[in-house]
Amino acid sequence: MTDFHDALFRSLADPTRRALFERLCREGEKTVGALTAQAGISQPAVSKHLGILKLAGLVRDRHEGRQTHYSAQLDALAPLVDWTSEMTRFWQGRMDNLEDLLKRMDQ
Amino acid sequence: MNEKATEHRTVTIEREFPHSAEKIWRALTQPHLIEEWLMKNDFKPAIGHRFNLRGDWGGVLDCEVLAVEPHTTLSYRWDFAHDDAAYDLKSVVTFTLVPTETGTRLRVEQSGFRPDQKQAYGGAKAGWPQFLEKLEQVLTREG
Repeated sequence: MTDFHDALFRSLADPTRRALFERLCREGEKTVGALTAQAGISQPAVSKHLGILKLAGLVRDRHEGRQTHYSAQLDALAPLVDWTSEMTRFWQGRMDNLEDLLKRMDQ
Repeated sequence: MNEKATEHRTVTIEREFPHSAEKIWRALTQPHLIEEWLMKNDFKPAIGHRFNLRGDWGGVLDCEVLAVEPHTTLSYRWDFAHDDAAYDLKSVVTFTLVPTETGTRLRVEQSGFRPDQKQAYGGAKAGWPQFLEKLEQVLTREG
């Protein structure tokens, strides 16, 4: 489980990859060419990033003629958003708020 | 994993504060203070009192006070009704205050999640863009 999280986090740690993934989440399936047009990097670099996202299960590719279409696989993120981890983060954030409040109550 | 563990999950957070239990108790039980660190509410420290917690994202939690032991224990139901059973949440939140040498240890325990519930109310309501923002914060923290 932790290894799996590591792979997910690593694949999304790179801002370029994250931008590619977020774009696929927002706009749906895209060809490598369409993604390259707005990515500001070369097509081979985009393909390399997509390959890493694919290994992490975050995107799926579909070949059609000479084009490769990529789409986001939101299910791959499901293990990160289960109740327990989400609520743990929620409460940790609220405890930070409480700490701030208690300091203010001193004054 | 025993049967109970597969039916319910529990989230437990502990934090030690350099403040008295009495002061933390006020932050946990006075509506205007609760609002400052948790959510808007119409809480009253009376067993059986039903109230709502209203989140910034528009979600409303249905709550009912279950236990009140001043400066020690506060417990309330924390339910989030949703048409989709996967998002429907019935849980109980319990705050326990334990004095320490330098202050008070606060334990927050939330139990009642079912393993088939894969999305928290926040994730369900806020959607993916917000989730990705949070993910980014996690990534920044994890360095």
